[in-house]
Amino acid sequence: MKKVREIGPGWWALVIIVFFLLLLQGLIIAGLVNPYIQTILCYAGVVVISALGLNLIYGYTGQFSLGHAAFYGIGAYTSALITRLLPGWGFFALPLGLVAGALVAGVIAFLIGLPILRLKSDYLGIATLGFGMIMNVLFKNSDKVFKVMGGAAGMRGIARLTTFLWVAVIAVLAVVMLRNLVFSAVGRALVSIREDELAAEAVGIDSTRYKTLGFVIGCMLAGIAGGLYAHLYTYLNPDNFDFLKSIDVLLIVVIGGLGSISGTVIAGVGWALLLEGLRIVLPSAVQEWRMVVYPLVLIVIMLVRSGGIMGRNEFDFLKPADYRRR
Amino acid sequence: MTNNLLEIKGLTKAFGGLVAVKDFFLQIAPGTLTGLIGPNGAGKTTVFNLITGMIMPTSGAVVFQGRDIVGLKPFQVYRLGISRTFQNIRLFGELSVLDNVRVAYHYRSDAGLFDALVRSPRFRDREREITERARELLSLLGLELRERELAKNLPYGEQRRLEIARALMAEPKLLLLDEPAAGMNPAEVGRLMELILSLKERFKLTILLIEHQMKVVMGICQQVAVMDFGELIAEGTPAEIQNNSRVIEAYLGRPGGAGVA
Repeated sequence: MKKVREIGPGWWALVIIVFFLLLLQGLIIAGLVNPYIQTILCYAGVVVISALGLNLIYGYTGQFSLGHAAFYGIGAYTSALITRLLPGWGFFALPLGLVAGALVAGVIAFLIGLPILRLKSDYLGIATLGFGMIMNVLFKNSDKVFKVMGGAAGMRGIARLTTFLWVAVIAVLAVVMLRNLVFSAVGRALVSIREDELAAEAVGIDSTRYKTLGFVIGCMLAGIAGGLYAHLYTYLNPDNFDFLKSIDVLLIVVIGGLGSISGTVIAGVGWALLLEGLRIVLPSAVQEWRMVVYPLVLIVIMLVRSGGIMGRNEFDFLKPADYRRR
Repeated sequence: MTNNLLEIKGLTKAFGGLVAVKDFFLQIAPGTLTGLIGPNGAGKTTVFNLITGMIMPTSGAVVFQGRDIVGLKPFQVYRLGISRTFQNIRLFGELSVLDNVRVAYHYRSDAGLFDALVRSPRFRDREREITERARELLSLLGLELRERELAKNLPYGEQRRLEIARALMAEPKLLLLDEPAAGMNPAEVGRLMELILSLKERFKLTILLIEHQMKVVMGICQQVAVMDFGELIAEGTPAEIQNNSRVIEAYLGRPGGAGVA
């Protein structure tokens, strides 16, 4: 047993990625990245954070959820309300809003998860879909409780607090934490439930507890992503949190690979860049073709790599030594 | 007060109108190896499922170390020291061989979610202990070179051994083996018998096993319980069982009856 830990590939990768992100931040400060591209980059990070949450729920723990956008919405509205209520907090407004968004999303996930996580696959999907619809109706009628939430007309006047640096820091933290989680005893317990819930119980895993844990953490990530989204676009419309948006996240997770952090990051960034990037690349006359190109890409990916871009695999640098192939 | 490790008293399980297990009794003394046999559909696996909390009995008691464990969930029964293997192997296919074993020790670790998230020293220590124990078991079962493979890619015989390794991870007191020799050829069966005996010796196990291969039952069991149509029809040493007329009848049919084997 050697006591001194050598610096593994994971640390090197982290250093390189942080360096790269700082370089981008430098370019932004120097004014070399136009605001539109900055927004796209931020959006890519937001998508990745939210999709990582769903991957934990569906990809790792095997719990099919069609309500992810609802938790994203809960985080978005909560944090927007918080920053509204705390106008003078400057730098701390956004982190407070994000923490509040994550907590509210987590608490609601816990309360809704306890009864519905007993359900299996499709049935759970339908139950979460129902929950998403309820939340959508609540968002649409939110103005009856809090006038500022705007109801069906949408919530306006949210401060633009989300910056590239915030998104980058939180996205990197989310990746590191999730990686630490899935490559641990907790992660093994979650995956064992996905693989065979009865056998997991038979080897001492309290499956109810772990399913709830995975669901709550995944929904908290959605809540954080929602908070970043709210302070990026400064306007929230209930339609941005309906079940079609849940399907979007689901697609990203499936395309990236169920149970792969690397895959979710690639697919999430690719998704944002493709969807928004095509807007720039394509001449305005054929803008409509975006919605043709994009489903075609989906079909091709599924035909070529049916398990998603990464399957269940990870980049080697994400794996701890005892998971790496020799 | 008896000092039996496990006592099953009047256990009954009805699925609607079908009585799968009916007023079943069994005592298992510590350190013994008991065989549970009977024709297909006799209710043997149902007894395992009842002991491990996977299904709830209609009535009766399962007393483990003096405590009635009926109503406990499977993971709680496991934590008390009863582990099992399955007739139709149930491994975690997409997990590595090493992880299949490591996952079974999870509950003993006092390193929690936060420790895992920040990779605390406590997390690293526990993880190392778990891994060492897992490797020790894998090498005992001859799987040490397979540790990074996915469980689903192992050949059948190795999957059976992996399931046994997993079941031993948490140092159980009582091990339930559901047809460990199913699908094995005679040479493999011989090695399996030696393996079961050596593991029993090494870990001071008490074993209850369901088996159809009489070679195994007669070869290693000290006590045999025979079930038919959910009921205990005979109990005794292998030699006694072999000559018991009710057992012969259950397996071969009544002499002079409609004799279709």
